[in-house]
Amino acid sequence: MRYLFPLVIFAGLATLFVFGLQNDPRYVPSPLINKAAPEFILPTLHKPDQNININDLKGKVSIINVWASWCAACRIEHPLLNNYTRKHQLNLYGLNYKDKRSDALQWLENLGNPYIESAYDEIGTVGIDYGVYGVPETFILDKKGTIRYKHIGPIDDKQFNRIIMPLITKLEQEQHP
Amino acid sequence: MKILPAILLFIYSLLSNFAYANDEPVIFENKNLEERYYFLIEEIRCLVCQNQSLADSNAPLAQDLRNEIFKMIQANKSNIEIMEFLVERYGDFILYRPPLKKNTWLLWFGPFLFLVIGFFVAVFVIKKQSRESQENK
Repeated sequence: MRYLFPLVIFAGLATLFVFGLQNDPRYVPSPLINKAAPEFILPTLHKPDQNININDLKGKVSIINVWASWCAACRIEHPLLNNYTRKHQLNLYGLNYKDKRSDALQWLENLGNPYIESAYDEIGTVGIDYGVYGVPETFILDKKGTIRYKHIGPIDDKQFNRIIMPLITKLEQEQHP
Repeated sequence: MKILPAILLFIYSLLSNFAYANDEPVIFENKNLEERYYFLIEEIRCLVCQNQSLADSNAPLAQDLRNEIFKMIQANKSNIEIMEFLVERYGDFILYRPPLKKNTWLLWFGPFLFLVIGFFVAVFVIKKQSRESQENK
């Protein structure tokens, strides 16, 4: 009986740690979920004299993927994005973040271009509006242009098949008033 | 020759307050604005390196946010407006002092809760011991 009390406390703490240590401290919930995607007007990566803005994405469920040629994790993610756009009908847009235009174009040349269009955010102000802090990041927007999901870091097959693709299918069925 | 390292350290300590690599120069019209700038960059977390403030961090994002804060101070934004701007984008986690909300209630008052529990445990133990020592008499 004398030893029961410390033992119970130890067991309690151990259980707490088992769950607590499995949390990813890098995962920071975004305050942008279920809010309208921040507006932007940016030149496209391929045609500097043409602009792209958030309204171009509305009407369809779309994906914004924040990427950069200097970002190592993007290199891991990129072939998967190529693969997904080949397999599925996805409205995937890129936000090229704090990159050199020539480097970014070269990257797409070498590795393939899964994006319908990439917006060129040279100084990263749109990145700040989207709360970007760990490239690559991926946002899923519904037809009205509301952010419904945010993923930080490279997407892998498991997350794509279990979370992202089912969400897109679900959002596509939503009626647009 | 102990004096040389000491002098170097002293000079370094003077420099380190001012040097943020790659930042736009921060020159304010008055002392008040400057103090607000240094207050804010100490209070705001760099999300890339999480356990550093914007003032500590050399991450490119920290540089951008320092510049952003500098610009907002120049544009006459209040500290609260600047913090709201950042929280809207990055969430409460960007503040080193989390705001008092329903979901941070335990964080703020948890320590007092444990103090109260500790108090009752102490009372219980003392009472038990004094009872035992009386029975032994």
